[in-house]
Formats: sequence, C-alpha cells, structure tokens
Amino acid sequence: MKPFKILSSGLLVILFFLACSKEKDPVQADETEGLQLVATFHNDDHKIDLYTKNGKFQTGYNDIFFQIKDKQDRFINDAQVEWAPVMHMSAMSHSCPSSTISKKEGTRSLYTGFIVFQMAGNDMEYWELTINYTAGGTAYSVKQKIQVTAAPKRVVESFMGADEKRYILALAAPAEPGVAVNDMKAVLYRMESMMLFTPVDGYTIKIDPRMPGMGNHSSPNNVDLTQGADKLYYGKLSLTMTGYWKINLQLANESGDIIKGESVTDDNESSSIYFELEF
Amino acid sequence: MSRLIWVVLLFFCDSASAQSDSTGRRDTIKISQLEEVIITGDLSPGKKATKPLANLEQYLEKAAAVNMIRRGSYAWEPMLNGMSAERSVVTIDGMRIYGACTDKMDPVTSYVEITNLEKANVHNGQTGSAAGATIAGSLDLVRRKNYFGKKNLKGIAFSGFEFNNRQKIFGAGVNWRSPGIYGNVDFTFRDADNYKAGKGEEVLYSQLTKYNVSAIAGLKIDAHRHVEASLIYDHAVDIGYPALPMDVSLAKAWIASLEYVRHHISPWLQQWQTKVYYNDVTHIMDDTKRPVVPIRMDMPGWSKTAGFYSRLQGAAGRHDWKLTFSGHHNYSLAEMTMFSNTPGEKDMFMLTWPGVQINYGDLYIEDIIPFRENLSAVVSTGIAVHNNLVNKRSGLESLQIFYPGMEKSNTRLLKRFSAAIQYRKDSWLLDAGLAYGDRAPSVSEGYGFYLFNSFDRFDYIGNPEMKNEKSASLNGSATFQQNGFMTKLSGSFFYMKDYIIGLPERGLSVMTIGASGVKVYGQLKNAAIFNTALDVNYRFAEKWYWTNKLIYRRGTGDGVGDLPMIQPFTYTTGFSVKVKAFSAEVLMNGSARQNRYNPDFGELALPGYTIFNMVVSRGFQAGNTSLQVKGGVENIFDRNYTTFSDWNRIPRMGRNIFINLVVGF
Repeated sequence: MKPFKILSSGLLVILFFLACSKEKDPVQADETEGLQLVATFHNDDHKIDLYTKNGKFQTGYNDIFFQIKDKQDRFINDAQVEWAPVMHMSAMSHSCPSSTISKKEGTRSLYTGFIVFQMAGNDMEYWELTINYTAGGTAYSVKQKIQVTAAPKRVVESFMGADEKRYILALAAPAEPGVAVNDMKAVLYRMESMMLFTPVDGYTIKIDPRMPGMGNHSSPNNVDLTQGADKLYYGKLSLTMTGYWKINLQLANESGDIIKGESVTDDNESSSIYFELEF
Repeated sequence: MSRLIWVVLLFFCDSASAQSDSTGRRDTIKISQLEEVIITGDLSPGKKATKPLANLEQYLEKAAAVNMIRRGSYAWEPMLNGMSAERSVVTIDGMRIYGACTDKMDPVTSYVEITNLEKANVHNGQTGSAAGATIAGSLDLVRRKNYFGKKNLKGIAFSGFEFNNRQKIFGAGVNWRSPGIYGNVDFTFRDADNYKAGKGEEVLYSQLTKYNVSAIAGLKIDAHRHVEASLIYDHAVDIGYPALPMDVSLAKAWIASLEYVRHHISPWLQQWQTKVYYNDVTHIMDDTKRPVVPIRMDMPGWSKTAGFYSRLQGAAGRHDWKLTFSGHHNYSLAEMTMFSNTPGEKDMFMLTWPGVQINYGDLYIEDIIPFRENLSAVVSTGIAVHNNLVNKRSGLESLQIFYPGMEKSNTRLLKRFSAAIQYRKDSWLLDAGLAYGDRAPSVSEGYGFYLFNSFDRFDYIGNPEMKNEKSASLNGSATFQQNGFMTKLSGSFFYMKDYIIGLPERGLSVMTIGASGVKVYGQLKNAAIFNTALDVNYRFAEKWYWTNKLIYRRGTGDGVGDLPMIQPFTYTTGFSVKVKAFSAEVLMNGSARQNRYNPDFGELALPGYTIFNMVVSRGFQAGNTSLQVKGGVENIFDRNYTTFSDWNRIPRMGRNIFINLVVGF
C-alpha cells in the first residue's frame, strides 16, 4: 500500500503543479510580438506593461498597447479602462488628445489606444499618465510619470486657427513610407480647454508634399485627407523617391475656408504648418 | 564614301553571276538590293575602306538609311530611316541586346568594335526582320566569320593616330584555321582626349578610353555539322558626353554565344542553325568630372539578355525559304541616387527603370520566289508574343503613382508582313515593296520614371498602357547601270498610327532641377516619314571613280508638326583614283540649311555646311607580310559646324589629320 500512496501523492503533486502552470497563459508572449516595452506601472494590486512599436513615447501620434496583470502574473482581460495624460508645467498643467481604450483586434490581453503628445517633457516639466480601470467590480487606479521625447522629425502641429480656436493635428500613418502612393492617416483635435480635447468633424486636411532638397518638386496623385467612419482622417500621400519630404498642410473647415496654412507657390516655399518624412 | 564602293561592287559581282548561274545564286542579288551591306571588318591591306580604323559608328553613318545621333565623340545612337532606336532592331549576329542606360548613352553599337565584325546588314522596314518586330528596319552587326580549311595562320596588327583628339588606336588579331578547327582572337584599344571643333574650340568632356577583346572558335563535328562559340568583352571607362549633363565612368558588356550548325540535311533543307546566347551590360553614369551640377547623382544601369534562335534555310521547287524561331528574355534595371546638398539629410533614391522584364517569342518566315529569269518576289511574315513584367515591387509601386490600376504583367501580340517584287531588264533593275508591322513600346517609353531629356529639357514618364505602334510602308527603287555608269533612285514612305512620342503634361511637377516640365509618353493618331535618295556613280579609265549621293527626308506628326531629328537635304560627292598599290580620294559632304525642326523638342534652325575630306593610301607587300599605310585629313578647312543629329547642337570635330597602319602576316 505504501508505494502506491507515495506514487499517487506524487502524481497528485505533479498534477497540481501542471494545473497551476496552465494558469500562465502561453498566448501572452505572442500578443506583444513586434512591440517594445516602454514603461511598467505598479499599484498595490496590479502591474501594467505599456508597449509601443519603437519602444518610446514621442511627440505626435503614439499607438500604445498595454497588458494588465495581477500579482500572480495573471492577465486581467476584461477590465473597463480609461486614461488621462497630463503634462505638469511650472505654471500650470494641461492634457492632450487621446482616444478611448479598446482591445486590439484578435488579442485577448492587449488593450490599445492612442495619445497625441504636443510637446516633449524635460527635467522641469513632465508628463504623467493616469490609468483608471474597473476589474471584477472593483475600481483601480494607477498614476505614473512617463518620459516623452521629441520625435526626430516634425509629426505634430499645434496652432491657433483663423477661427481663434487651438488645434492639434498629428500624422498617424504612413509609419514606414515607400516610393508609392501611400495611405495617409491623421488625427485632428480642437482644444476646448486645458484638459479637454475633442476630435474635429468634417474638416479637410490638404496636403502638398515637397522635396526642398530638389528644387521643391512635388508628386502627382495626392489625395487630401477627409474624415472616415472612425472619425480619423484618411487620404493618399504620393512619394516619388526616398529622401527628405516636407508635407505642407492647409486646414479647411466644413465650409471649405482655410483656417491655417498657405499653399506653396513660386514665391512661397512652404506652408506654416507641415509634417516631415525622411526615409 | 567607300561604303558606296562596296555596295556597288556587290551589284557588279552579282549581276555578272545572275546571267550565268541559274540556280541558287539568285537570292544574293535580291537580298543585296533590299538591304545595304556595309563592310567593316576588312582590315587587310589593299582594301578600300577610307579610314580602316574608324569607329563602327563612322562606318554605319555612310549608309543612306542610317544617321547617327551624336552625344559625344563615341557611342552614337543609330537612326534608321529617320527614326530613333526604339523603332528599329539592332542585333549582333542575330542576338538581341538592350542597352543599360536610360539616356541612350550606350546603343548596342557601342559595345562592339570594328575588329569584332565583318559587316553590317541594314534592312529597311519589315523586310528581312528575322530578329523581331520593327518599324524602321533592322541592323545586324555580323560577327567576323572564319571557316574550316587548309591549315593556315594569319594575323594582323594595327595602329592609328588622330591629331585632333590625340586618339590612339591599336590592336591585333590572330586567326587560324584547319580542316577541323578554326579560331580568332583579337583586341582593340582606343584612347582619346577631348576633341576640338572648328576654329580651335575645345569640346570639354569628350574624352574616351575603350578596350575590346573578342574570340571565336569553331569545331567540326563531321562533314555537315559544326559548333561555334563566340565571346566579346567590351570595357570602356571615362567616357565623356559633352551634349549631356553627365558622363560615363564605366560601360562594359559580355556578349557570348554558342551555335550549332547543320547543313545539307535533305534536298529541300539546306541549313539549320541554332544559337543560344547571353549578354550582360553594365553602364554607370558619373557626374564627378563636371564642376557645377545642381545636385550630385549616381545613375547605374544594368541590362541582361538571354536568348536563342533556330533558323532553317531551304529550297523547295522554285522557293528559297528561311524560317526563324527565336525568343529572348531581358531584365533592365536602372536607378538614381541623389546626394542632398543639405548636410545630414538622407540620400534620395528612385528607380528610373523599375526592373522591367521583356519576355519575347517570335516566328518569322521568308520566301524568295522567282517567277521568271528576270522577275522575282520576296515575301515575309512574322508573328511575336511580347510580354513585359515588372516583378520588382518597389518598381511597380513607383509606376502605380501615375497608373494606379497598373498590372505588373502586360502581353502583346505583334505582327509583321512584307512583300516586294524585283524586275530586271537590260540595264535596269526595278523593285517595289510594301510592308506592315507593329511594335511594343520600349522600356523607357513604357516604364521610364522621370527620365531627363537634356535636348528639350523635359522629364519623361513612361506609359505602360499604350497601344502597339503600327506602321504601313511603301518602298521602291530604280537602278540603271551600264558600262561604268550607275544611277539609283530610291524612296520609302512610312505611315504610322499610334505614333509614340512624349507629350507635355501640365500640372506635373518636374523632378530634375531646372527642367522645363514633364512629358508623359502618349500616342499621335498618325505620323508620316518620307525618305528618298539618289546615287550617281561613274567609274572611268579603270582607275577613276566618281560617286554622288543626295538624301532627303521629311517627317510630320498629327498635332506636332515636323517630327524632331529629321535630316535636312544632305549631299555627298567623292572622287577617287587607284593605281596599283596607291589610292587617293577627295570627298565633299554637306547639308542644306535646316528650316524644318521642332522647337518643342529643343531643336533650333541650323545653317547649312560643307565639309571636305581627303585620304591617300599606299600598300606594301614583302612575301607574306603586307603593310597598308593610310593617311588623311578630315574637315580640311577646319569648319565649325553642327548637324540636326548632334544632341544639344554640340559642334563636330574640326580639322583632323589621321594615320592608320595595318600590318598583315
């Protein structure tokens, strides 16, 4: 009887460990493939790992992905999450445009949203991100300082339009442009107050891509950006060669009035608002 | 001028044999009437080439149907019947070969040397178009042939010097033959500095250095079969193109082939030749020698062609027929990298030829039918499948900027047909023919991406969606020869539909800094080109020979007016004498004022000009060794002139004293 008892309790122990290790979701490693860890937030109950494609938070449009894990390293896959980025400056604080949070399609644990940082942080002035989430009926919160560095090229414009309103316009795609007609995506927000930014509907973002290093030549078959079903702005960016391009911008409201930016002519080499691309 | 002499001599030889030889030789007469043959490779002493060591292009230019577009002192683009290279097929021994330069700085003729060749055959229109679909004609550079025979070893060494551009030419060749094996090896070296136009004006960036090596070997399998292998390697460096904003740092080509020949297969099948070939061309443009450029750029290009042909020749009843089945695959790639003037800024890169493939298959049949002793007909027809494939994704995406729906593959069916009759009566020889053919757009016309034309200063964009260009032509000639006198009047008329040409497109931003605009290739509803030539030659007192030639062309296009690059009225007259081993020649050639030109393509009116050349030569023989010394002066009066075919109107060479020495042993 004794050997059997030892064997069966040994088996039970093994089974117990196997059962427990099944809790560790093998899917986890795949869902963040291609992304790099930027920051990890901690509170008493959970750990949140934040990821981006390039491993940084930068000025402009950032697609951010994160996973929430409890202290036993289990994923919290069905929380309701919202976030609020705030920049603390010496005299005041302000927020920036951000999207709601949803699950990345085809994943179980990966939450995603975008944030548009209008400026980079430094030693005195810093960005802080608050994430509020409800899981299993309980509300949790975590707040942490984050590093936002300046993007190497101009990818966001923050300006006052002719209608006396402040706008933020950021380039979302193409992230890896090619010599082709590229799909272009941008986001346009209006600053209602220091803390409130709302998406703008029905405007047109006119684009005129130029190569200043080559006599300021343009490219054919560009399509100005107009709003799509998901409220983001879509158009086509034609790039005829690699190198440094300046995408001159003009913003037109619903009536077609240009509220910011100038067209490029023989006398005017560039618009006052533009994005830059170098590939 | 001696080109004319050779053509005329062929007439004399063949007309003599026509009377006496009732079978089999008739075809030689017919073909030589429908084509021009330019003998290039005869460097043996005693031969009459005016300037034996002239470059290939200078030889070709003597043919009535051929003009050369000059962008420098080298690598001229041959135009047949007033039409540029896209409308003709240039082959080396039947092998298709494509240049690797988007700016046409490396026509096929620039990759061979006169020492590699025996002759050049020029066919007009679709006659004799065994090599493929064409509009203007075909130019076949025939490789120097050796053959089996009694054991023999011969060689030549040659050297030349031209004072104008200090061009040094030298080379040597050896050929051996035996009953079972034959072989040739030869090499040529050319090196020239800048040339001076008339009145001492130095034309900068017109230097060149070129090496060429070729070898050919044949092995007999049995009395009726043999194989032949041939290789040409041509390597040119530091070549200047004064008419263009860039020069060439390297242009090289490997041209290789393997051929299997069987003859006397059956009573009606006389010969079967099958050849497989491969050529690889590299062409690198370079602007480092130019002190001031808006932006520095590297523009390399590569073109690789692999192909084959299989040709059957036979006689059936009264018919002499030829059937050629051929195919080739070409891959053309060219790129441009521009170096930003702003420090720290990335280089700018684009594909000017987006990695285009040509996949081509062709079937051609020709038949010579003699009806009577003095009346015969030549009929030919050909059909081809021409496919273009842009497999390189980045290349396809570049073109899709202009043609969003463009597919990567496009296949065309090309057809051609020609018929001619020839009638001989007493001293007269008359021939008339008609032909029809179509062609596919060339790599640049279909797929070029911002190719800068420095003549009209436009960037050109290709158009892959164009239809085939079609041409219907009529040609005829009348020749009278009696005693020492010969005169020939010939003419041809080409009527083209969907004529491919660059058309300005407003609203497109130029790419090249300083360009005047962008043209996109499009098609004119129709265009017409008319050519006529008159030859009058007289040989008297056995040693004197007087030749004259007049050429007139006219070209118009619907909506475009006069077509660009059309030769104005041109005349040549020459006088030569030959006494034993000594000969001398005086030549005058010139052109009338050019008032028909097209300013939309950068052309301007041109004054007329007349140039005088003279040559003397003496041959010496000592046993088996022979020496020919030839010296002369071109442009004796140092006239500063330019012609319709000089790109950007660069002036031609001023007075040039030259000496050629050819030793045979």
